[in-house]
Amino acid sequence: MSFSISRSRRGLHRGETASGWLFTAPMLILLGLFLVVPVLMALWVSVSDWGGRGSPFSGSVSFVGLKNYATLLLGGGLAESDFGMSLKNNAWYVILVVPCQTALSLLLAVLVNRQILKGRGFFRTAFYFPSVTSSVAITVLFLFLFSTTGAVNAFLGWLGINGPNWLNDPSGILHFGARSGPAALTGGSFLGVSFWDWIGGPSVAMCVYIFMAVFTTSGTFMLLFLAALQNLGGDVQEAAMMDGANGWQRFWRVTLPQLRPTLFTVLTLGLIGAWQVFDQIYTGTRGQPAKTTITPAYQSYQASFLNQEWGQGAAIAFILFVIIIVLTILQRWVLRDRKVSRRRNAPYLRAAEQAGVRAGGSRATGEGSTR
Amino acid sequence: MTAVSTAPAALAAAPARTRSTTRIVSTSILYAVLVALALVYIYPFLIQVATSFKTEPDAATNPLSVIPHTFTTEAYAQLFLRSDFPTWFRNSVIVTIVVTAGRVFFNSLAGYALARLRFRGRGIVFAGLVAVMSVPAVVLLIPKFLVINTLGIYDSYAGMILPLLVDAAGVFIMKNFFESIPVSVEEQARIDGAGTFRLFWSIVLPMARPALVTIVILSFQGSWNELAHFIVSTQSPELTTLTKGVAQLANGQLSQGRQYPLKLAAAIIMTIPVAVMFFVFQKRIMNSSDGAVKE
Repeated sequence: MSFSISRSRRGLHRGETASGWLFTAPMLILLGLFLVVPVLMALWVSVSDWGGRGSPFSGSVSFVGLKNYATLLLGGGLAESDFGMSLKNNAWYVILVVPCQTALSLLLAVLVNRQILKGRGFFRTAFYFPSVTSSVAITVLFLFLFSTTGAVNAFLGWLGINGPNWLNDPSGILHFGARSGPAALTGGSFLGVSFWDWIGGPSVAMCVYIFMAVFTTSGTFMLLFLAALQNLGGDVQEAAMMDGANGWQRFWRVTLPQLRPTLFTVLTLGLIGAWQVFDQIYTGTRGQPAKTTITPAYQSYQASFLNQEWGQGAAIAFILFVIIIVLTILQRWVLRDRKVSRRRNAPYLRAAEQAGVRAGGSRATGEGSTR
Repeated sequence: MTAVSTAPAALAAAPARTRSTTRIVSTSILYAVLVALALVYIYPFLIQVATSFKTEPDAATNPLSVIPHTFTTEAYAQLFLRSDFPTWFRNSVIVTIVVTAGRVFFNSLAGYALARLRFRGRGIVFAGLVAVMSVPAVVLLIPKFLVINTLGIYDSYAGMILPLLVDAAGVFIMKNFFESIPVSVEEQARIDGAGTFRLFWSIVLPMARPALVTIVILSFQGSWNELAHFIVSTQSPELTTLTKGVAQLANGQLSQGRQYPLKLAAAIIMTIPVAVMFFVFQKRIMNSSDGAVKE
């Protein structure tokens, strides 16, 4: 007994500096070597003319300034129009995938969250299963489902619809079959891609990847929403029910505002993930048809490994990095906590007040809600 | 539920009856929607399994049917007996086992240090970890190759495994877990004179089983399904993993024609290990978020 008292707290923790560094050393070395050093090295390559042979630090490699970035953003050549194309493709992908996966996963979570649902476990498993399979396996499956003679077109045929030639169709879905646009739109261009093409939406081929992304990610996000739904207290719901709010109103006015933090997480993860499309494109169409499924991540690979333009490949990676960071910050700003106007806030205040009253054990439920 | 509520409703006044009718209708709609959605999620996999046992012409003419016209295991025979598929499978198994074991050990080691050990520089290490976590994986594709190549481990198991051996997110999970368990047991062992590593190995790690299972699930799934890293770290056929091999098979680099039964069979086999993992730990994966509500 006296022994343990004699040892001071400081004595108990002596030698922790050494073991602290020892314990974290493997992590520091591995993450440093394969995360920090690569970024620095790529930063150098993106401003050099390294061609993929020998060391990027050898004497024959020279500093070229921002030339690689300029080629991509202002060059006027194939590299620029390819990059414009990849940004256009991925931007449309993000615009469609992020809202769809968020809405669908929320819907699934609300549906399977019911207390008195038979086969709840079965439905959850069914919706989650696509999330555990690899992107390669899922892509192989989708290549088959959406092939010209595939299951999707066979199903559409049943309904009397002549399905498109999915993965071989480069036409933008918002062009609605029009071959060429008005001169006002085809005349001007941004990043080597005409305005007409920018507003054309994703190509039919890209839509297959959009369906696939929604299909595979909705299960994961459903679990996040489900966790949040189950942590909500029932009292606010009950209070709203007492106030005569129907299920629809309760969802939009009571449940959804409470899910805000989760919604924020899902949108952020969705956005970051959706800008990194690579596996699917590599396994599937590799940018074809007519470059309408090329993405910045795939173009970065293509420029480096296939065209030996390592400077450009590294530059694309950094531009993509900046895009992801800027958009994440922008999204944070748009979805920030704002002061709610008194009128819009009234229902929540009332609900909260009532919840407080009920928790207090008082039966005077009506008092709080009458204005 | 509905059966119980209809009986009193029949005796009650008209408004109550309409109320229970609407309830039945809305319940039916709910189930109809759920079943339809479940069908959309499951049917593709049923088609996949069925097609892998079909002949090529059958796969093309009856893409929707889940019963092969003529049942054949030709696709599987070709994969296992007349292709590099077994090599790919072996490589995936090797990489996944080593990476999972490595992550369990190194993640918990670092997580424990960051949660419990007081050492100078801990704050900086942790800040660095958070910063590193925010770098998108795809951005590192080319950069990783540069380092692997410079270190001379390109096209080797070392190049495939070392960069995956620690993951920042896993360290984060372990750190959070260690912070959530009471410190008293360790203090006691410390008083009894156990060294830091011994303490970690025989007292702390066994207590961390729930978090370690999470790491095992995530690492297994992550490294088994990894594609991009193996594309940039290897080129020789002997080091091809399942993901890389099947991806190349899919876009026709290794074969002629459509060969859908073959490709789908390959995709099924690569899904089986993660599917088994999923069903074994299903309760844990689905309930990690489940709270107190039980069916």
